[in-house]
Amino acid sequence: MTVTAPAEATPRQRTGQIRIERVSVRFDGGAEKRAAILDISLNIEPGEFVCLLGPSGCGKSTLLNCVAGYVRPAAGTVCVDHLPIDRPGPDRGMVFQQYSLFPWRTVCDNVAFGPRLAGKSRAEARAIAERFLEMVGLAHFAGRYPAELSGGMQQRVGIARALANYPSVLLMDEPFGALDAQTRAMMQENLLRLWSEFATTVLFVTHDVDEAVFLADRVLVMSAGPGHIVADIAVPIARPRAPDISTSTEFIEIKRQCLGLIRAESLRAFAEQNR
Amino acid sequence: MVRAAVLHGAIAGLSLAIGLVFWYWATRIGAHWFIRFDNVPTPYQVGSALWHHLGETRFYLHIAVSLRRILIAYAIASTLGIGLGLVAGRSRLVRSAVMPYIEIIRPIPAVAWIPLAILMWPTEESSIVYITFLGALFPILLNTIHGVEQTPEILVRAAQTLGASRARIFWHVVLPASLPSIATGLAIGMGVSWFSLLAGEIISGQYGIGYFTWNAYSLIIYPDIVVGMIVIGLLGTLSTFAVRLVMRPLLAWQRKAR
Ligand SMILES: Nc1ncnc2c1ncn2[C@@H]1O[C@H](COP(=O)(O)OP(=O)(O)OP(=O)(O)O)[C@@H](O)[C@H]1O
Ligand SMILES: [Mg+2]
Repeated sequence: MTVTAPAEATPRQRTGQIRIERVSVRFDGGAEKRAAILDISLNIEPGEFVCLLGPSGCGKSTLLNCVAGYVRPAAGTVCVDHLPIDRPGPDRGMVFQQYSLFPWRTVCDNVAFGPRLAGKSRAEARAIAERFLEMVGLAHFAGRYPAELSGGMQQRVGIARALANYPSVLLMDEPFGALDAQTRAMMQENLLRLWSEFATTVLFVTHDVDEAVFLADRVLVMSAGPGHIVADIAVPIARPRAPDISTSTEFIEIKRQCLGLIRAESLRAFAEQNR
Repeated sequence: MVRAAVLHGAIAGLSLAIGLVFWYWATRIGAHWFIRFDNVPTPYQVGSALWHHLGETRFYLHIAVSLRRILIAYAIASTLGIGLGLVAGRSRLVRSAVMPYIEIIRPIPAVAWIPLAILMWPTEESSIVYITFLGALFPILLNTIHGVEQTPEILVRAAQTLGASRARIFWHVVLPASLPSIATGLAIGMGVSWFSLLAGEIISGQYGIGYFTWNAYSLIIYPDIVVGMIVIGLLGTLSTFAVRLVMRPLLAWQRKAR
């Protein structure tokens, strides 16, 4: 997979600041409203790679969806570059947990859709799509339909599609969750390479500790009942990172810290349930 | 692959041949079981009657009149059905307004409409087209609503995040996502429109293949009854096939998904 960013992608953008202030989200849980996340505050600087780490159901997707604009918080505000978020928009790209390509569009047309919506001509949009497909190593599959691609390839197209809009923030909801270990490792490396080219802010949801530590500048450990952030752990490992850093003492130490926090939280939750 | 196709073709042919032989035999001996075959024309009589009519302009006139009614009714039904279905599928308000009519009118068979249709519409022709239209409308409308409702939310979200407005989402996501369901509705609607047309034609009018069939009964020309039936069956099958053929290029992507 070769990485050659298009010329207009290179300027190190200083946009993509995320400011989350005292955000709570409630869903209808039968009779009463139940808080999915409660009173979360959080700042993410432009160009940062932040991982949200936590067990299933703790509210990671909910928090991400607030930034994306799909979910309106019951309280609090989310601002991206000082503008309050009230709806989805092309400044915040999204890569979904499930496959979300348009099955009736070819791979190329999927990626070209964003540029087309942004007012680019058919030819321009096509050229952009081809460049981005090349970046994720799928130039040869431009004319195929999503159903003809493997899961990992579809997810790469999803990333290309999100990046083709040059979003200042890239939101990723367990994008590699359904992939096997080898593919996943390859995808993580590629993502880091793309990110270093684009310098876009990334908010990446995962429940895999290794993935979080490998990718992130900061790991935010979340806990359930209702969802909140229990720790903000910096990952000062030098970049670019090769896969073998996962055996370094530095990596293992941070991982141990995360695992300890998660374990303490699950013990606490378990004790609470049995009280 | 080829061998399997030949085998299935052979079985189909054999099955048809057995049916024909049975028909011939039952009519030839004038079988008189619980159902009676003594008044049923033989395959030979039907074949020669069909041959005779194929050389007649009047026969084609019957077919042309039926086809014209189908075309007019079907065009109106698909325009209205798809249009209203798309809106009702997206808007809960419109759906609440439309649904009661669907629930009440849909179960009423075409035949039951005939007296009122004749009273309501200025000409016999328009009442027959109206009944045909009703038959085609509901499958198309309901399948369109269903298709729109089935649009995966994640695709809508993906489009929103790529910068699509509501109108663009409708055109680029909701419409293609519901197209398979709309195509099904169109195919079913075509079948039902023939069904309804025949009901209308049997009871009124001087032209049409349904009239031809019923008239043959009144005039005691029994082979023509079967000729009419065969032509109706063929036209129904062919027109449904034509609908599928027209929709095919729009659904090319779906075949890749299997
Ligand atoms: N649309 C909704 N309606 C009602 N409850 C919801 C809805 N979406 C999420 N929830 C609830 O909110 C909580 C958090 O859900 P969320 O999807 O954010 O978890 P998650 O951390 O992303 O989990 P996973 O890792 O399994 O994806 C869960 O308890 C869930 O049941
Ligand atoms: Mg989730």
